[in-house]
Amino acid sequence: MGVVEISQHVDARGLSCPMPIVKTAQAIKTVAPGELIEVLATDPGSVKDVAAWSRTTGNELVEQSVDGAVYRFVLRRK
Amino acid sequence: MDEPLNLVLFSGTDDRLQAAAILTAGAAALGKPVNLFLQYWALDAFRADRIGADHGLSPEAGAAGRAAVDGLRKAGQASWAETFRQAKELGGVDIEACSLSMDLLHLEQSDLDPLVDGVEGVTAFYLNAGEGQVVFI
Repeated sequence: MGVVEISQHVDARGLSCPMPIVKTAQAIKTVAPGELIEVLATDPGSVKDVAAWSRTTGNELVEQSVDGAVYRFVLRRK
Repeated sequence: MDEPLNLVLFSGTDDRLQAAAILTAGAAALGKPVNLFLQYWALDAFRADRIGADHGLSPEAGAAGRAAVDGLRKAGQASWAETFRQAKELGGVDIEACSLSMDLLHLEQSDLDPLVDGVEGVTAFYLNAGEGQVVFI
């Protein structure tokens, strides 16, 4: 994937369950359908949680990476 | 995901209330409606003048549990009240006080934190619960 245009950033680093997902759900509502949000989290549980949230809500997880202790997720609002 | 999650809160200790708040927030983040019914000591914990106070932990926590909970709060974990507020921001969360418990504790709705949306009896709670699960905490 080339350069991605992020419409909303969520910094959930240092937050524990359920806050990374709560912040993600709050943020997705602030962007238009088709737009992207980026979520940063340090909670290891967030990997499965974000995947499950994406599958359940239909907001596509387009990109996922880890840099040291920080997980990065890019999601597209459906 | 369309059936509501229905939580009856009985216990008023901070650990059980936090557990309830996390279950609520997780459901709300998935778009699942949540109905909460506050009874007894859980209702007491939602009093406007007490909601931020230390409500203690279940006896099973012990000293080690107390230290663990304090450690997580010190690391920045939100209080259960704040977790409920964040969950409500997502929409679909309704918090009702049990009218019998209101009588028991001699409370008016004005005594309660604004997190509480209203007062109802068990019948209204069951009606709103629909086919969703009812969980007792």
